[in-house]
Amino acid sequence: MEPLDVELEDGELELPNDPMQVLMGPAHPAMHGTIRIALELSGETIRKADVQIGYLHRGFEKMCERGTWTQCFPYVDRLNYASPLLNNVGFALAVEKMLSVTVPERCQHYRVALGELARICDHLVCLGAMAMELGAFTPFLYYVKARELIWDVFEEETGARVTHSFGRVGGMALPPTPFFKEMVRSAVPAVLALVDDGEKLLLKNRIFLDRIENVGVMGKDMALALGWTGVVLRATGVPYDVRKSHPYMTYDRYEFEVPVGTRGDCYDRFMCRAEEMRQSARIIEQALDMMADDGPVSIEDPRIVLPAKDEVYSTIEGTIQHFKIVMEGIQVPAGECYSYTEAGNGELGFYIVSDGSGTPYRVRIRPPCFASTQGLERMIVGAMLPDVVPTFGSINMIGGECDH
Amino acid sequence: MSKQVLDRIAQVFGAAILETHSAFGDDTAVVEPSHWLEIARFLRDDPASSMDHFIDLTAVDYPQRSGTRFDVVLHLRSSERLHRVRLKARIGARCANPAADANPAADVAEAALPKIDSLTSVWVGANWFERECFDMFGIAFIGHPDLRRILMYEQFVGYPLRKDYPAAKTQPLLEYRQADNEKLPPFDEHEGMSFGRKTHADRQPGRNLLGFEED
Repeated sequence: MEPLDVELEDGELELPNDPMQVLMGPAHPAMHGTIRIALELSGETIRKADVQIGYLHRGFEKMCERGTWTQCFPYVDRLNYASPLLNNVGFALAVEKMLSVTVPERCQHYRVALGELARICDHLVCLGAMAMELGAFTPFLYYVKARELIWDVFEEETGARVTHSFGRVGGMALPPTPFFKEMVRSAVPAVLALVDDGEKLLLKNRIFLDRIENVGVMGKDMALALGWTGVVLRATGVPYDVRKSHPYMTYDRYEFEVPVGTRGDCYDRFMCRAEEMRQSARIIEQALDMMADDGPVSIEDPRIVLPAKDEVYSTIEGTIQHFKIVMEGIQVPAGECYSYTEAGNGELGFYIVSDGSGTPYRVRIRPPCFASTQGLERMIVGAMLPDVVPTFGSINMIGGECDH
Repeated sequence: MSKQVLDRIAQVFGAAILETHSAFGDDTAVVEPSHWLEIARFLRDDPASSMDHFIDLTAVDYPQRSGTRFDVVLHLRSSERLHRVRLKARIGARCANPAADANPAADVAEAALPKIDSLTSVWVGANWFERECFDMFGIAFIGHPDLRRILMYEQFVGYPLRKDYPAAKTQPLLEYRQADNEKLPPFDEHEGMSFGRKTHADRQPGRNLLGFEED
């Protein structure tokens, strides 16, 4: 091998001058297997970028037009598979808005508690994956361990660890188990302790900070025009949280803060997510305190909610009621409505159109990270190639949601 | 709250606002497609509405409606005044030639696509949403900087979210391998549908999906 420090005369070493094309993803580990970025590089600086999505397109909206309203729940589970319960509740609220019904208060607190646990999961996955993609593997293990604690609660409550399909129009599939409060009260402090441990490893680490500070900066006005919502928007300094600005369910009765950033860089997005987990823990605590120990979780409307199984097998009314809902579906009045909730990544909207039958005419989801991913190109053009990894990690693009 | 916005645009644009309603608490204005861009820009710039937050843009297909076939639906929000509004435009007039209506190939030809102005000059975020709309419904946005498919691949033919696109149809780029397993795609037309349920194509005018007469 020749020595590297051999002296070269000017012009002896010819390097190509043309911009270099690099296709990053979908097999690149930091691209989650669901996105490809066609980059044009000059040295290591990105001159052009084309973000290409669609690798996980599954025709969700088309499938929803084929079943009953209730049959949409398994599909919405798979939108943001990091926090399926939030999607379940979001869709249930949209249909309930059209039916003009409100679920009992106990169910609302239950939905909030489960939803906030799901939000913590979502943020844990995002922060853990972001750190791991930057080479910090250990915090990821801490965060996954914390997520495991929450998933144990979900498993006990819903019977499934990942895709629960637990929401129903007019309530939840099952009432809370007798030890729900106890389980959550012991799991949440353990989760927060792990979050602190993971954070200590990251935020005292100069390498990690250097890679996220002032990287992927986005301004307020541009973020709004791009349709950004959720954490990514709040990191730019806009205090828009659906739970505060347009409270739904019982969110107006809890005390919690909405963390906002100042610069809109990857560091702000990281810190907002970390703080939101602590705020979610506060909400969970209040929701558990306010939640009654007994009482109905579903509304009592035979046209909307399935009867209990023993009634179906023993009474004719129950059989007919069950048959009508399963075979014909819930009859949602004709019209259109847009219902929005704060999901893990931001405003998850459902624009639903009904023709008055038991089958949705159109279910449009407004995925929050579709808009966030759209802004990726603006954040990485002019940056260095390695900056793509933390920037992409910090917007938490979830393929199932973004690609429909 | 945003009722005031509806009143304001009705006052400024007059006949270009075809109708307004507030069903389920969502304030909606149906506007003339030729004024689409103008009204959108007004909503963003007018200090009384200041709709600076782009939320959503999508479309709905009504193949059985007389007159126009598609609704383009836009949702906006104001970050300052915290109000929201929905704008709709009805586009895609039926062609006078009934033969072209019966021929699906003519329906997806570039020239026959329904058209509306692009909003990318007002909110940059409209870019991907309009591309998705083009991809799924075949709506051409005039003035869009980069109108190509976004979720489907470029070799894909047709517009999958139109009601006349069969749900069981597949367009594989590589042929499916031959196997004895009957469950390999393409599936049966009724795969995954609950018993007795009908597709949109089976639907008769004036009857609901179960075949009963509508009220």
